Amino acid sequence: MQIFNLADADQGFIDEVEARSHQNVKTCYQCGNCTAGCPYTFVYDYSVSQIMRLVQTGQKDAVLKCRSIWLCGSCQSCTTRCPNKIDVAQVMDVCRHMAREEGYATERSVKIFADSFLESVERHGRAYELGLMASYMTRSGRVFTDVDLAPQVLMRGKLPFKPHPIQGREQVTRIFERFRKGGKNA
Amino acid sequence: MLKVAYYPGCSGQGTSLEYDTSTRAVCKALDVELVDIPDWSCCGSSPAHTVNHVLSAALSARNLAQVETMGMTKAATPCPSCLTNLRTAAHKMDDPEFKDKVNALLDVPCRNAVDTQSVLQVLAENVDPELIKGKVVKPLTGIKIACYYGCIMNRPPEVMRFDHHENPMAMDNLMALLGAEVVPFPLKVECCGASYGIPRGDIVHRLSGKLLDAGRDVGADAIVTACPLCQMNLDLRQGQINDALRENFRIPVFYYTQLLGYALGIDRAELGFEKLCVDPRLALGRIKQPQQAM
Repeated sequence: MQIFNLADADQGFIDEVEARSHQNVKTCYQCGNCTAGCPYTFVYDYSVSQIMRLVQTGQKDAVLKCRSIWLCGSCQSCTTRCPNKIDVAQVMDVCRHMAREEGYATERSVKIFADSFLESVERHGRAYELGLMASYMTRSGRVFTDVDLAPQVLMRGKLPFKPHPIQGREQVTRIFERFRKGGKNA
Repeated sequence: MLKVAYYPGCSGQGTSLEYDTSTRAVCKALDVELVDIPDWSCCGSSPAHTVNHVLSAALSARNLAQVETMGMTKAATPCPSCLTNLRTAAHKMDDPEFKDKVNALLDVPCRNAVDTQSVLQVLAENVDPELIKGKVVKPLTGIKIACYYGCIMNRPPEVMRFDHHENPMAMDNLMALLGAEVVPFPLKVECCGASYGIPRGDIVHRLSGKLLDAGRDVGADAIVTACPLCQMNLDLRQGQINDALRENFRIPVFYYTQLLGYALGIDRAELGFEKLCVDPRLALGRIKQPQQAM
């Protein structure tokens, strides 16, 4: 069992999560409904209701370092079933944003996949599935990811070999550029 | 004739090509005109909202702004992931401060005057069931179907505003209307593992495995979906799931538009059954051939 010292609460962290998620985490009374419906608990280090408690008690390091926030699938079960109408998935998302901004990548492959996907969108305006797979495999070093699926995918013509660039791809690129300039205050 | 702006989504040009072609074909047959958004771009999908909500909303809002330029107020997409992003962007932009931040990233500002719906919602709420029934030439009599909606088409209800968030029935009703035997499917809104197939395949194997297991338990000949990612996880990855879980699932996974198109007698070339990885012929063979008129 882990013990957290409640006197160590980081009030700034609590305030930031609340402000950025527009949620009042204080109203969570730990009923556990979110965890009961969460399909991802089996790969989490903290269940979603534990994350809520860690946020409530300002345990910034524990939250930003954890695996769970990277593995949440945003399936909205927790949000839909919270009796206090807390948008729990939004809180998970905001914690993941903050972890990224502070340089954490506890589930490295998940972060690389997201980065590869967005890089593809930034370049082509649309997601180019084959290109993002190649980028993911190169950056993660996991070059055999899903090679077993290649025959099916190729035989059935599921992946075009060329991207579908759009006319306005520079507009899309500019969205990313302006976002990076604005930083987390974008 | 009902006219809506159409957002196909990136997967519709690759891994779910058959969903796009069958969607277009059934809408045409049911007098719903889909007007392509001319230069649509990616909505950002899950990766964008896991990085930043303003970035995610801006990637969606570029498309909403294009719909506004087309002079239209209603858009439709077959893909629930695109749908979630487009609707969430609009929902968040109801806050003027958030909308300003989004527009600061865009070349063409978004007024936030577009309502985006799933194609399923458009069909369920605008097309008279009697009209559909009247156009059925090959009833789906004989096939047992489990309808799987995926986790985000109806959730959270405050944002999605369609059907029931725990027990949606739009697809069940449609399939029953076409003559199929629809079996109750208890996991119809459970998550399939979403976009973790590539970075954490183990997650998809476990969660999609549960869905296939439930499909088998309820005696379904096939599972019917409305989501490209669900379909890919359940169909393309079914072999991986069998290896990982030491199972022997062989359950075909259709898009609802493919079976709707089949019942409406639409040209097979537009329905793309040959794109499915798990052979659907056995399941389709259960459909009784219509009796010849005496």
